[in-house]
Amino acid sequence: MASSVTPAKVISRTSNDLDTEYKWGFTIDIESDVIPKGLSEDVVRLISSKKGEPEWMLEWRLKAYRHWIKQDSREPKWANIKHPPIDYQDIIYYSDPRSKKDGPKSLDEVDPEVLEAFEKLGIPLAERERLAGVAVDAVLDSVSVATTYQDMLEKQGIIFCPISEAIKTHPELVKKYLGSVVPYADNFYAGLNAAVFSDGSFAYIPPGVRCPIELMTYFRINQADSGQFERTLIIADKGSYVSYLEGCTAPARKNNQLHAAVVELIALDDAEIKYSTLQNWFPGDKDGNGGVYNFVTKRGICKGRNSKISWTQVETGSAITWKYPSVILKGDNSVGEFYSVALVNNYQQADTGTKMIHQGKNTKSTIVAKGISAGKGNSTYRGLVKINAGADNAKNFTQCDSLLIGDQCGAHTVPYIEVKNPSAQVEHEASTSKVSDDQLFYCQQRGISVEDAHYMIINGFCRDIFQELPFEFAMEAGQLLKVSLEGAVG
Amino acid sequence: MSSSAGNKQKPLLEIRGLCVSADELEILKGVDLTVNAGEVHAIMGPNGSGKSTLVSVLAGKPDYTVTAGEVLYQGQDLLSLEPEIRARMGVFLAFQYPLELPGVRAWQFLKAAVDALRQHRGEEDMSARDFDRMLREKVKLVEIDPDLVKRAVNEGFSGGEKKRNEILQMAMLEPKLALLDETDSGLDIDALRIVSEGVNRLKTPSNATVLVTHYQRILEYITPDYVHVLLDGRIVQSGGASLATELESKGYEWLREAVEATS
Repeated sequence: MASSVTPAKVISRTSNDLDTEYKWGFTIDIESDVIPKGLSEDVVRLISSKKGEPEWMLEWRLKAYRHWIKQDSREPKWANIKHPPIDYQDIIYYSDPRSKKDGPKSLDEVDPEVLEAFEKLGIPLAERERLAGVAVDAVLDSVSVATTYQDMLEKQGIIFCPISEAIKTHPELVKKYLGSVVPYADNFYAGLNAAVFSDGSFAYIPPGVRCPIELMTYFRINQADSGQFERTLIIADKGSYVSYLEGCTAPARKNNQLHAAVVELIALDDAEIKYSTLQNWFPGDKDGNGGVYNFVTKRGICKGRNSKISWTQVETGSAITWKYPSVILKGDNSVGEFYSVALVNNYQQADTGTKMIHQGKNTKSTIVAKGISAGKGNSTYRGLVKINAGADNAKNFTQCDSLLIGDQCGAHTVPYIEVKNPSAQVEHEASTSKVSDDQLFYCQQRGISVEDAHYMIINGFCRDIFQELPFEFAMEAGQLLKVSLEGAVG
Repeated sequence: MSSSAGNKQKPLLEIRGLCVSADELEILKGVDLTVNAGEVHAIMGPNGSGKSTLVSVLAGKPDYTVTAGEVLYQGQDLLSLEPEIRARMGVFLAFQYPLELPGVRAWQFLKAAVDALRQHRGEEDMSARDFDRMLREKVKLVEIDPDLVKRAVNEGFSGGEKKRNEILQMAMLEPKLALLDETDSGLDIDALRIVSEGVNRLKTPSNATVLVTHYQRILEYITPDYVHVLLDGRIVQSGGASLATELESKGYEWLREAVEATS
């Protein structure tokens, strides 16, 4: 069911679009292969066949679907978020913006409008202008449209490709690890994702290889009324290292759009994965219309000894964020880290945090979560630190700081600590503060405007997190905070 | 009360009949003061006399209401300007209690301030190299630990370090009118000497300093051209540097009695 071909004009606004300050809110007019709304076993089969998947993959999807359908309307209710019920039959589960059936073999075959759109987003895919030192997998709606630097990575044995491709080219790795960290029965949204996921990134770093450049996936929702259900799987084999970045934006639509992704990370002995996210899905307009529901399950396992997984996230977008990037510390001496900035403005809601599950001996985890609430936004940190009986000498340090701007926003902290081993050391610190008038006056008295003073103070508040990000990302994160706070300060 | 008789140049600062209240309470009850470029004025007085209010109002602190009077700065109506505009035009307040800005590195804060002033003058932002050179020079001038500028603004600074940091900021911003709000309070004798020397070194014929204090101590290091006594919201006495010595030996009570006797 392809829509009619619309010529030229890459950037447009339609009547479905909201007029907002969100500068990534444009839509692209491109021909897409879109399936009708609704979810059924047939739709799952259709997605699988459109992807040309092997039988085992379809079987796994169907198992997931059958499990999920049994728990229909059993969405998790414990989060501190409010939204009208989601009609899962009113969502488009597959939208392929590629005009050619087999997908582009090279960039020359990618729709120039798609390339132009990514360029506008600051993600140039063309050979000559590529981001230096970053390999990008660009995912538009349900499919990966381009992956850069693949050849260069292949020479080192690194696999970085759309997951739909990995299912065909590296089935042994996908079979072994897909669903091993986040099983389809894990939670409602993870089950839905397992049934209908359409694309996402796959990365495998072979033993002893230090990935020489950053790997990045840029997710973009374009199609109206569609959901995005990508799935990412990263495996760092023994003694390897990889730094992975993730960015996302969406058009400014009147209706809410569902984004239910799953990310699984596996670190074997002595391996390290650093995973950074700049989440900038459309947050809705200033009156709370539209915006993305970002219901995401991210989990990593430090499977091997001395392995390390580090999550860094800057969450500024989405109408609602429900997300707890977690680490299972299975290998002895393994390390888990979670660094987070979550900003809510206008009517945005964020319930985010982490779970650190200590299983191995001498495991260590660090959690630093910064929440910024402005406008009528509501932000909750929710975290679990669990020290199992066998986790001798486990250590955790947690710090949760909230910063309030204005007097109509909310900040909440819900930390859970479960300790089953007496040798554990668990520390928790929390603070709540406001940007004070005296601080603002102090900045003004040095010639700095109220608006710039706010950004400076907020950036200072986030400094510990930003310094965990790769340099270019840190710069972008600062800019993102600034844009997201427009209207809330000054 | 004018202290600039015979000076043909336009005064840097002219305060006329300034009345200020906060929370319905009248604090300044008609202050007159004229400050010319090249002068150092000391404003003395007991606690609660309105000294800090005076300099805070000049800097544009929002908690106060001006009920009467006017303030001209370089002939311009100062009170109608936003605090950041006043700062960009060369009005600097060294805070009695400098604020902490967690996570904001001191050098970054200074760079933003320096550039804000330059932009106001229609100049380009200072290059990183020039800024670095200037910062190093001024750090030496105010004898501050160079590591302090790498730390967050005033966070975890000792009282003396905070005050010295204020003088560093003043050195970097090169104000035309420096207002020092009890910069001497809480300083040990070494810090007092360093801060005072910093102020003295920054003195030029084209800028002026108004320092507020209730001790004569700092005036052993910074010699004022004029000393004014502020009592219950009014300047009741003005004189030369010797007035400070007189106050030190006699206290403020004799002035209060004298004022009450005449009114």
